[in-house]
Amino acid sequence: MSVDELSRAFRQHGRIVIVGASLAGLRAAETLREEGFTGSLTMIGDEPQEPYDRPPLSKQVLLGHMPADATPLPRRRALDAQWRLGVAATGLDLTGRQVRLADGEEVPFDRLLIATGTRARPWVKEAEADLDGVFVLRTSDDAARLNRRLTARPRRVLIVGAGFTGSEIASACRERGLEVTVAERGPAPLVGALGGVIGAVAAELQREHGVDLRCGITVTALEGDSAGRLTCAHLSDGTVLDVDVAVIALGAMRNTEWLAGSGVAAGPRGVACDAGCRAFDIHGIVTDDIFVAGDVARSPHPLFGYQFLSLEHWGNAVTQAEVAAHNMISSGPDRLPYLWVPAFWSAQFGVNIKSTGVPTMGDKLMITQGSLAEHRFTVAYGFQGRVIAAVAFDQARWLDFYRRLIETAAPFPLEFANVDRRPEGLRAVPSEFPDPSLPSHGPTVTLSGYSPSDRKVTFTPARM
Amino acid sequence: MRIVVDLNRCEGYAQCAFLAPDVFTMHGEEALMYTPHAGDAQREHVMRAAAACPVQAILVDQRDDQADEPAAQREAEAHVR
Ligand SMILES: Cc1cc2nc3c(=O)[nH]c(=O)nc-3n(C[C@H](O)[C@H](O)[C@H](O)COP(=O)(O)OP(=O)(O)OC[C@H]3O[C@@H](n4cnc5c(N)ncnc54)[C@H](O)[C@@H]3O)c2cc1C
Ligand code: SF4
Repeated sequence: MSVDELSRAFRQHGRIVIVGASLAGLRAAETLREEGFTGSLTMIGDEPQEPYDRPPLSKQVLLGHMPADATPLPRRRALDAQWRLGVAATGLDLTGRQVRLADGEEVPFDRLLIATGTRARPWVKEAEADLDGVFVLRTSDDAARLNRRLTARPRRVLIVGAGFTGSEIASACRERGLEVTVAERGPAPLVGALGGVIGAVAAELQREHGVDLRCGITVTALEGDSAGRLTCAHLSDGTVLDVDVAVIALGAMRNTEWLAGSGVAAGPRGVACDAGCRAFDIHGIVTDDIFVAGDVARSPHPLFGYQFLSLEHWGNAVTQAEVAAHNMISSGPDRLPYLWVPAFWSAQFGVNIKSTGVPTMGDKLMITQGSLAEHRFTVAYGFQGRVIAAVAFDQARWLDFYRRLIETAAPFPLEFANVDRRPEGLRAVPSEFPDPSLPSHGPTVTLSGYSPSDRKVTFTPARM
Repeated sequence: MRIVVDLNRCEGYAQCAFLAPDVFTMHGEEALMYTPHAGDAQREHVMRAAAACPVQAILVDQRDDQADEPAAQREAEAHVR
C-alpha cells in the first residue's frame, strides 16, 4: 500500500484513543470527526463528569453566580465515541500499542493522544493538607466544595500563592464581602507571570479592594483543632493568623506519572513533543503515533527561539488539540506545525487582564498606552531588540495589533512610544522578573529548555 | 443550552450583553461574565448574541437534541458492549 492508501485506510478504520477527557481531549475528538475520521474513537478520563470548562470555576462559580456542575463544554458536533469516564489510565505499552486502565482493562490503539493536563499542587505537608478547611481549586468538585464553604461565610480566608488562580479566588472572596489574606512568597502578585513592574499594579488592585496582601511571606504551617478543623496559619514573619479556610494556590503539576517507564519523554515538565504535536521518546526520537496537546504538552516554538514552551492556558489547549488531531489523520506535507502565539486572559478585581506572546521572556518593558496609575494600560515586553509579548489591563482591543508585532519580530523599544504621550511609556525599563531560582507561585507560560529530555530548566516554574 | 466564550478573542464589545442580558454581563469595564449553562428559554437571545458578536467568540451547542442531559452519558449508554 502507498502512504496515501495507508493514510486513507487509517482515516476510515483506524483506532484512536484519547487519554484525558477535558478541554483538549474534547476539542481534538471533535476535530478528528470534522476532518473525516470515521474509525473508532475512545475517550478515557478519570473524572466522572463529561468534559467541562474550568475558567468559570474561579470566577462565576466562586462568585456564587452558578453551581460548579454547570460548566459542561458545548459540543461542536456529535462524536460517536466510546466514553470511559471515571477510570484513569495507569500505563502505556508503546510496542504493544495499548493503554492500561485502572480497572485492569487494556485498550488497544493505532494512534494515541495524550491530553492528561495538570492537577493542583497540594499543600506540602500531607497531614495539614487533610485538615477540614484546606482547599485547592482545579476540578468542579473542588469548586463545589470551596463554594459551599464560602457560602457559610468563614471569618477569614487565607490564600496561599498569588498567581492567577490565587488572585482570582481572592477577588471573588472580596466581592462576596469575605475577609481575605493573601500570602505570597514573591515581591508581588502575578510577579512570576508578568514581572515586578506589573506585579506592583496587581498589588495595588488587591489592596484597593480590601485584600490583606502580604508579600515576601511564606506560610510555614497550618494548624487544626482536635476535630481536625483548620484554625490558624503560621507565617514566616512569626504572625499567627486565625483562619478557617485556606486555599492552596501554588500552581499545577503535570499528570505524567502514568507514562513513567513507557519510553515516552514525559516528566514533571510535561510530555515533550515536536512542532507537530508528536511526542518524543526518551532518546529524543519523535514517535509516529503518539501525540500530545494541552496543559501536559511542551513543544518548541520557532517564534521563541525553538525553546520548549509549557502553556497552561485555555487557548493553548483548544488550538494545540486541533493541530494534534489534524496531524493524527494526516501524513507528510499535510501535517501542520503548531505556531500559535500564546495568549490568555484573567478577570480579577473588575479588571480584564489579557496577554499575548511570552512575557516571561521579556527582560524589558515599556508602557505603550494608558497608564499604570489608572490600572488601564498596555505594556509591551522586549527581548534582544524585539517585541516578545504584550499585556493589557482593560485594553484588550489592542492585543491583536501587538500579536502581529510579535509575529513579525517588530523591533523593541517600540518606535511609536506612547501614543497617549504620557510620561510612563517613553522608555524601556527592566520588567523585574524575580530571580528564577527563587521560588514563588508559578508563571503559567514556562520556558522549559531546548531538548526533549532536558532536565535543566532555564526559567524555573518557581513555586513556594 | 451550553455556552462557552473564547475570551482570548472577545474584545469586550458587549453586543452580547445587549442582546441576551440574562446570560452575558460585563464585569467592570470590559471583562465578560456569562452563564455557561442557560435555560432553553434563552436560546433565541443567545443565538442572536452569538451571531452579532463581531469576533465570533461565542460557541453554543450545535446539537439541538442535546438539551440539558449529559451527552457523554447518553453516548456511553449507546455504546455498552
Ligand atoms: C480554576 C481555573 C481557572 C482557569 N482560568 C483560566 C483563564 O482565565 N484563562 C485561561 O487561559 N486559562 C484558565 N485556566 C486554564 C485552563 O482551564 C486549562 O489550560 C485547560 O483546562 C487545559 O485543558 P487540558 O484539557 O489540557 O487539561 P485539563 O483541563 O487539566 O484536563 C486533563 C484531564 O485529564 C484527566 N486525567 C489526568 N490524568 C489522567 C489519567 N491518568 N487517566 C485519565 N484521565 C486523566 C484529568 O482529570 C482531566 O480531566 C484555568 C484553570 C483553572 C483550574
Ligand atoms: S459580543 Fe463578542 S466580543 Fe463583544 S463582549 Fe460579547 S463575546 Fe465579547
